[in-house]
Amino acid sequence: MKRPALGSILLGLIPFTAVCFSVGLWDHVYPMVFGIPFNFFWLMSWVLLTPLCMWGAYRIEVRRNPDKERTEIGS
Amino acid sequence: MDPRVTALSIISGIVVLGALIGFYARSRQAMNLEQWTVGSRGFGLVLVWLLMAGEVYTTFTFLGASGWAYSKGAPVLYILGYQPLMYVVSFYILPQVWELGRKHRLQTQADFFQVRYGSAYLSAFVALVGVVCLIPYLQLQLTGLGDIVEIASFGAVPRAAAMTIAFALVAAFVFVSGIRGIALVSILKDVLLLGSALFIGIAIPYIYFHGVGAMFAALLQAKPHHLVMPGSTSNLGHGWYISTVLMVAMGFYMWPQFFAAAYTAKSGNILRRNAVIMPLYSVTMPLMFFVGLTALLVLPGLPDSNLALLTIVRKTFPAWFLGLIGGAGALTAMVPAAIQLLTGATLYAKNLYRPLFSPGMTDQQVAKLAKAMVLVLTLGALALAITTSITFVSLLLLGYAGVAQIFPGVIFGLYWPRASGRGVFAGMACGLGVAVGLMLTKNDPYLGLNAGFIALCSNFAVTVAVTLLSPEEQKGTEELLVDRPAMVEGTVVS
Repeated sequence: MKRPALGSILLGLIPFTAVCFSVGLWDHVYPMVFGIPFNFFWLMSWVLLTPLCMWGAYRIEVRRNPDKERTEIGS
Repeated sequence: MDPRVTALSIISGIVVLGALIGFYARSRQAMNLEQWTVGSRGFGLVLVWLLMAGEVYTTFTFLGASGWAYSKGAPVLYILGYQPLMYVVSFYILPQVWELGRKHRLQTQADFFQVRYGSAYLSAFVALVGVVCLIPYLQLQLTGLGDIVEIASFGAVPRAAAMTIAFALVAAFVFVSGIRGIALVSILKDVLLLGSALFIGIAIPYIYFHGVGAMFAALLQAKPHHLVMPGSTSNLGHGWYISTVLMVAMGFYMWPQFFAAAYTAKSGNILRRNAVIMPLYSVTMPLMFFVGLTALLVLPGLPDSNLALLTIVRKTFPAWFLGLIGGAGALTAMVPAAIQLLTGATLYAKNLYRPLFSPGMTDQQVAKLAKAMVLVLTLGALALAITTSITFVSLLLLGYAGVAQIFPGVIFGLYWPRASGRGVFAGMACGLGVAVGLMLTKNDPYLGLNAGFIALCSNFAVTVAVTLLSPEEQKGTEELLVDRPAMVEGTVVS
């Protein structure tokens, strides 16, 4: 099977590092952001930032794997 | 009007509406096994998104997340940790699985193992693990339904009766309409769930504390340790968080129903795009946490934390609104349950029964057997849900740890040509043994790490070791993608 490109794998590692491995760095209450404890706020931000990283990975992969037939949005 | 009658009629109305949508989907489609299980591989971005969101967000996310925030505190953040990451993992495996699926007309997860490793026994083993792990998951949906009706009726309707009626409906629409019907019911479910989560997540902290910030300030006063891991637990610290997030992120798409959803897509890039946008659905999760944390301040000392969300909704809003939330919750149990039933039944008929006991069966006969299995699984889960009560949370965790053991076989199957069926079989057996052993002896977490994660590590090690020690035999998936007529289980495709 064709492996994903190095670039797209690296982009996928960003959320893994931010959300998982670095928990000791962000798991505290202060500074609170908009009244929300920092750990909650950090993970909530990554719900939005993860799609950004993966959109970059998508741009890389879609160029390497063009659709065989045209596909349209919808069912 | 009696609030019980109001709440229950609205719940029933929503459930019946959902079932009608499911039946309607059937009327326009001819049904064969391919259509019933994978929707003829014709789903575009929207239907795939609906199907995946429909099956991924279950009662456990709806009631369980607020319950964990209520009883455990910060460890509940693991849900917000694994959700984006499991889609990241899916980005690198589902499009490849789809490609192999299209080429070989695969319909189930076990089919993938059959084609990649060429072993009916390995494939049957994977099917068995999948079916066994699905039963506690189904049971969990049923129990959630029972809780909803119990709260909404103030205990007037017996849970057993409610569970039986709801599940008869689920089995009926799985029976007649298959995967497309389920994806369409998800529309109603998603709209109701997103709408009610957004509303109560903002309204409940506002009504009691005039805002989320003030709620957190009050909570820091009352319970200063609740909001940092390990929260109100003694053993769910950072090591547990990392190992659990990794285990679930790798294991999540190993649930046979999520894995098989990949086959319904029209192209691999639809699955990639889906992996990019799916994390956005998780914006509702923190709102569920806020509801659970507010409930902790307003209604401390509830006997069952899973009821925290429903109890505070009942206390705060009029009966019709409780009915609306209850209806959303009921569909949130029924849609995933429908997919679990369909997947479990197909796995049993196609990958366990046919290859081992009756190799001559036609696809029509397999479809018939699968439909009979829908009834058997429904009755089995129903019997379990009515007779057992407390231990299902540990059963579900066992289920998660169990399906995660399928991951090495998939990732090596795709990207390590040398990986052998023997190695994968040995690794899975070892991983399952370690997971069951640790969990049944109540050693989860073990040394501060999630037991399923420890099992997965042993699985990887054994898979690699046995593969390297056995003679080289496999050709990998490259070979399997070469254009030529393929044979899978008697289905000839050109």
